[in-house]
Amino acid sequence: MLDISLAPRALFYLAGFPVTNTFLWTVVISVIIMVLFVGVARRMRNVPGTTQNIIEVLVEGSYDFVNSVTGSEKKTRRIFPFVFTLFVFILACNLVMFFPGQSALTVERAGGVIPLFRAVMSDYGLIFVMTILGILTVQIVAIAVHGPFGYLGKFINLKGFKDFFKNIFQGKFKPNLIGQGFLDLFLGVMGFVGEFAKIISLSFRLFGNIFASEVITAVMLFLAPFIVPLPFKFLGLLTAIVQAFVFAVLTLIYITMASEIEEDELAEEATM
Amino acid sequence: MEVEAVKLLAAGLAAGLGAIGPGIGEGLVAGHALAAIGRNPEASGKIMPFMFATMAVAESTAIYALVVALLILFAF
Repeated sequence: MLDISLAPRALFYLAGFPVTNTFLWTVVISVIIMVLFVGVARRMRNVPGTTQNIIEVLVEGSYDFVNSVTGSEKKTRRIFPFVFTLFVFILACNLVMFFPGQSALTVERAGGVIPLFRAVMSDYGLIFVMTILGILTVQIVAIAVHGPFGYLGKFINLKGFKDFFKNIFQGKFKPNLIGQGFLDLFLGVMGFVGEFAKIISLSFRLFGNIFASEVITAVMLFLAPFIVPLPFKFLGLLTAIVQAFVFAVLTLIYITMASEIEEDELAEEATM
Repeated sequence: MEVEAVKLLAAGLAAGLGAIGPGIGEGLVAGHALAAIGRNPEASGKIMPFMFATMAVAESTAIYALVVALLILFAF
């Protein structure tokens, strides 16, 4: 029968800490990326070689794209390193899946035969941590931009009630404002739930896509070993690239949205 | 029916029914993006990244359905 497991398997234990197959590859890929990028950055030449050329095109293109999303050079300089690192790491991890022959490498352990390689992004723990980092950045940026009270005011919105009671003190009774107050309160609570929904949808999107493409290739290989799995593998290649892009861009868009001051807030500041 | 059979049925139904909405949604996104590129081919570089980003958002309900199916299959 097919061997499909949700959680990565432990290869060996290092002082009680399980070293899983995805963790091993995470470390290997990180080291390769760091050596490559630092090596190129140390030996920058005026006439670039092939490696330097590729990396320059990648970095410059991404920088221009991030700039077009944030709309200001100052923000881009701060956000770009984080988002670009996420993109390059996820892309490298996803593309390593497509080296042929790696599923043949296995290790024999007490629990049975364990594959030495597993798609890194099908480890939910890693993706969860990356998402939490992104969402924490969003909250910190929001607090820094709106101030702690403005940040809380987004979730506990009492503006409608405030206007209602202000009008009562002035001797005017406007019942539609209390409806507005309840709506604001409800939308604030929805925004609070939305922050958690962001974590779930962002992390499960990447995990689900990569895991599903792995499983579908395995199932197709199981049913028909030749030719038939090829189109599914191509589809997997497409999702591998697109999902790396999507994860980074959505993190970027969330951070940019949190860093923007809304227009009515600007109007309020102008009147104060 | 046995529990195992119901589990398999439930997982298949969850993934299959959950894929209907996002399928329609992604088709709409791609269709409108292509229409926009047809009207203004120079803007394709600006439209394509956002098309992929919005498609990913439309996809999230399918991913929820997939997660539910996986939970039914492996976690319970």
